[in-house]
Amino acid sequence: MLEIRIHGRGGQGNVVAAYLLASTAIANGRHAQAFPAFGAERRGAPVAAFVRIDDRPILRRCQVSEPAFVIVQDQALLHTANVAAGLRSGGGVLVDWMSEGQPELDGEVVTMPATRLALEHLGRPVPNTALLAAFLALTELFPVQALTDALGERFKGEALEKNRRLVEQAASTVETGRWKEIAHGTGA
Amino acid sequence: MALALEGSQAMARAVALCRPQVVAAYPITPQTHIVEGIAKLVADGRLDCEMVSVESEHSAATVALGAALAGSRAYTASSSQGILLMSEVIFNIAGLRVPLVMTCANRALGAPLSIWNDQQDSMAVRDAGWIQIYCATNQEAVDTTIQAFRIAERCELPVMVCVDGFTLTHTLEGLEMPTQEQVDTYLPAYRYARALDPAAPISVGMLVTPEHFSEVRHAHHQAVLRALPEIEAADADYAALTGRAAGGLLEVRGDASARIGILAIGSVLGTLEDAMLSQPDLPRTRLIKLRSFRPFPAEALRRACEGLDHLIILERAISPGAGAILGPEVVMALVDGGTLPKVHDVAAGLGGRDMRIDLYRRLLALTESDPKPFHVIDARLEQLPEEDR
Repeated sequence: MLEIRIHGRGGQGNVVAAYLLASTAIANGRHAQAFPAFGAERRGAPVAAFVRIDDRPILRRCQVSEPAFVIVQDQALLHTANVAAGLRSGGGVLVDWMSEGQPELDGEVVTMPATRLALEHLGRPVPNTALLAAFLALTELFPVQALTDALGERFKGEALEKNRRLVEQAASTVETGRWKEIAHGTGA
Repeated sequence: MALALEGSQAMARAVALCRPQVVAAYPITPQTHIVEGIAKLVADGRLDCEMVSVESEHSAATVALGAALAGSRAYTASSSQGILLMSEVIFNIAGLRVPLVMTCANRALGAPLSIWNDQQDSMAVRDAGWIQIYCATNQEAVDTTIQAFRIAERCELPVMVCVDGFTLTHTLEGLEMPTQEQVDTYLPAYRYARALDPAAPISVGMLVTPEHFSEVRHAHHQAVLRALPEIEAADADYAALTGRAAGGLLEVRGDASARIGILAIGSVLGTLEDAMLSQPDLPRTRLIKLRSFRPFPAEALRRACEGLDHLIILERAISPGAGAILGPEVVMALVDGGTLPKVHDVAAGLGGRDMRIDLYRRLLALTESDPKPFHVIDARLEQLPEEDR
């Protein structure tokens, strides 16, 4: 079973990101589950969401405490939330990153400018879709096209086309297959 | 093919498949997405239904009651303080023997204020005279919602479908939805026998003197008990139609021959089963999923517990000053059968405390000593002053 934790702020589409990833998995014949770290959400507050993907039905409903991957939607959270807590040894952290250099985090860290790409393509600072595209490219869990297909359930026409271009560009900013071994060593 | 749906959205669709004529609700976390989903189906013209936005839960229950009395198929949903605010009406709905369905998205009760999941709210109205069915998965929530209308209408009693707030309501997963044709076959149009009719007036809710009150209450108890075979039949017929059963009165999972049993209600059973399957070094147990809490399936429970040396009861609510809520009822049922396993009764996951995989190991450890008094197994007693430990 593959377990993923997504950190972000209320309003950044954290739950939507988790739901999109799980929906993509389900559409590709896997079992998946996605849910928020239940809280009284409000815009700007640190929030988290969880995704599980497996080739068997998923029975457990506890929070994800030992993720194989962590996705961070706001680099400022690196200073406040312990985003890498419980990260499995050899696991990967994907960070929306707009600064020089690299974040100070242990482990296998990949950065990409998700918010900037979202601003360019959508005109809004919502990093979730770009991060998911990069995540699928890194892990090769599913073709990046599968994410565009899932977005087609939410967007139509020009909005979908903008998202499609965003997905393509975001996927190209990271090394395809870099996390394939990690992702496929987990039974998903 | 499984559809990727948030639990609440799936429940909203399940309600819509039942073609309710009146839905009245007031939003409260974590029930909100269910009634938002229904409201959207109505607004989009996909459900022909009177959607009544009211100013409080008391009114939500009252509108549903009135609609059902007038012969409509009616539905409402609530949680926590909302259940408490409508509790006066909840008792009246049952006492008037009105068939309607309510979803309780289970949440803790204040004070202190908590929006998170346990089952204190539905337990607070367990004596109202409703049928109460608890769901362990979102698939069960979908299937039970549809079954609930049939049970309500055949028994002329209200049915509360209890689903763990957030843990089910806010979780997206792959779910099978029945077709409209299947649900129409399963749940034909209904005519309430005592529907209000200006052409044939009757009185409802009259004063009942001591001359008759005891008989009315006894009859109500018997009516709820008579729902036992209806709940089983509703599940069996649904399974014949869709290929999916939701667990009858109760379901035994895990190792049916194990000498240790764990009885629980709601979504924690999935975590316990996963813990058992993923930790083969730990003993396998008989996992008893109590689905029907009202009526209480004493006979089925005795059969499920036959031959147990230890029975661990996991509660998701407490009765301060007494402790256990489920436990005494389970013990009464088993005493009637003559033999009693050692009963270990604890609560966990109150007010949304995460119930992790290690809960299974902690529950099993209870069997290593004689039963202790009821306690909250995941409370951090070291954080409390000495007198509260």
